[in-house]
Amino acid sequence: MDTLNALAQGFSVALTWQNLGLALLGCFLGTIIGALPGLGPSNGVAILIPLVFSIGLPATPALILLTSVYYGAMYGGRISSILLNIPGDEPAMMTTLDGFPMAQKGYPGEALAISGIASFVGAFFATWGLVLLAPQLVEVALLFGPAEYFALFTLAFATLGGLSSKNQAKAAVAAAIGLGIALIGVDGQTGVPRFTFDNMHFYDGIDFLVAIVGLFAVSEVLVFVENHGTGQGADGAKTVKLGRITPPWSMLKQTSGAMGRGTLLGFIAGVLPGAGASLGSFIAYSLEKKVSNKDDTFGKGDPRGVAAPEAGNNAAAGGALVPMLALGVPGSGTTAVLLAMLLTLDITPGPLLFTKNPDVVWGLVAALFIGNAMLLAMNIPMVGLFVRLLTIPAKYLMPGVAMISFVGIYGISGSTFDLMVMIGFGVLGWALRKLEVPLVPVILGLLLGAQMEKNLRRAMTISDGEISALVASPLAIGLWCAAIIGFVLPILVGRYLRYKAN
Amino acid sequence: MSDRIFASICIALAVLMGWGATIIEESFIQDPLGPKAFPLVIALVLAACGVAMFLRPDEDPVWPHRRKQIQLLWTIGAMILYVQFLPVVGFLVATAIGAGFLSWQLGASVKQACWGGFSISVCIYVVFKLILGLSLARGPFGF
Repeated sequence: MDTLNALAQGFSVALTWQNLGLALLGCFLGTIIGALPGLGPSNGVAILIPLVFSIGLPATPALILLTSVYYGAMYGGRISSILLNIPGDEPAMMTTLDGFPMAQKGYPGEALAISGIASFVGAFFATWGLVLLAPQLVEVALLFGPAEYFALFTLAFATLGGLSSKNQAKAAVAAAIGLGIALIGVDGQTGVPRFTFDNMHFYDGIDFLVAIVGLFAVSEVLVFVENHGTGQGADGAKTVKLGRITPPWSMLKQTSGAMGRGTLLGFIAGVLPGAGASLGSFIAYSLEKKVSNKDDTFGKGDPRGVAAPEAGNNAAAGGALVPMLALGVPGSGTTAVLLAMLLTLDITPGPLLFTKNPDVVWGLVAALFIGNAMLLAMNIPMVGLFVRLLTIPAKYLMPGVAMISFVGIYGISGSTFDLMVMIGFGVLGWALRKLEVPLVPVILGLLLGAQMEKNLRRAMTISDGEISALVASPLAIGLWCAAIIGFVLPILVGRYLRYKAN
Repeated sequence: MSDRIFASICIALAVLMGWGATIIEESFIQDPLGPKAFPLVIALVLAACGVAMFLRPDEDPVWPHRRKQIQLLWTIGAMILYVQFLPVVGFLVATAIGAGFLSWQLGASVKQACWGGFSISVCIYVVFKLILGLSLARGPFGF
């Protein structure tokens, strides 16, 4: 009952004209960002954070705007998947498998409508899941001491690699790089400078926004320059005739099971650390194929193959907010970027957020409900407009993206030094992407590094330097075991699969 | 091969980090762990990963061929020049040239690139400076 009261409070926060307007703007921008090839939710939100920050929006409206962008991008990703066979973002990859054939068979409008409704269903129920689950998780999180938090951070890093990369060593390297960069600056506990190379600019550390925009947005520009003219990546598309944009009733009935299963699996995948939306859509599609592929229609334009992954990835997007808000540990790339946003606004997520800033939490949740309804209303009739936006050629789009990134970072600090650091991160991001080193652990390391060290040192101070204090409670032992299993299991599974393949 | 080079860089970096950690000056404020321990742990992780990657490298990625390499260097150089000239010539001019150059790199003709750069610059200026009131770099002409 408390939860429902709090939620009602949240709606009273979200239902002001300003916040509704921001939610509408966020949904619109988000859909565009998700739809444009090469701009996914992570880079989209990353570019927008510094801008929102420099404009000086207060915390709650800023949060509403950016989470609407986040949900919107999840909707938008499907448009280019279905029409062009190019996923707008990584989670939309699975939607290409049946969405594109469906469009080829002459049902592009129906495919878009089904995927839009599936997105709504996934996101709607996942937001309810968030409402019900997050307060429970907060209860558990209140039992956490510094030692448990340190173990939890380790768990987040250990599991993040498992699913986002084929090579565990590379995921761990990425985390180490991020944590290493986070060390630069004055040590919070003792006030001594570390790894500053006696350069004044490094004394307050590397701003994670500079790093994130560099790693995601600037490196994307470099990838576009590299791929331009080689036939990879889109150089703009031709307009597609959509046909009817409302799905027939029978198709809705046929796909309802797929949506339900996709939502459930996606939500679970989202809540688990390190999985996120990509895995959500992947397992939702795989299971649906196992369950429903009796006439071998999957991969040839089966609407259930469109509905399941779309419900899955939107549900996972909601699910991923659970650990991010309740524990302060994000489960995916985009939620890592959202965490960056919260930290920029001086809000530290975690159990205390629910008691200290309930208006932020519940205002956000209410905004998710509102944004989701807006997105459905916007996406079914207005899909034609978004499709037309896909025809903006990359040669104008990418320079625009690059310049907006520069504007955002310059707006925060007004320093060209930060811009140079951002270009440096862009080059680093490009090289890491070439080497298939995942970028998300780098970001997570940057964001959580200071917290992780603080908790470790606090635990050591409490125990007076006794290392065994890290594994003193059953909760901590459980977290450590989960971390070890989460790190080792993908290696063993990978070996087993290779062995079987030979 | 690429992975081995990357692994070597990681190991070298880890050694440097380890060395860098040992020369951190201790302060009179002290906690049991101190400011050195965590950097050392991370250096150790980095080194271990480096060794693992060196022993079991993945297949090489497709690196861009020579013409693309030069193009990438041009792009990075252009961005650096853009940043350096931003406070000198002001936002509108620098952005028009920077964006125009980038779109030329991405296959626009010279005429298209000029128009593209100009419109991108003006659009950003109008939206972010005039409507949203963001502070952009000011040149000698005040824009």
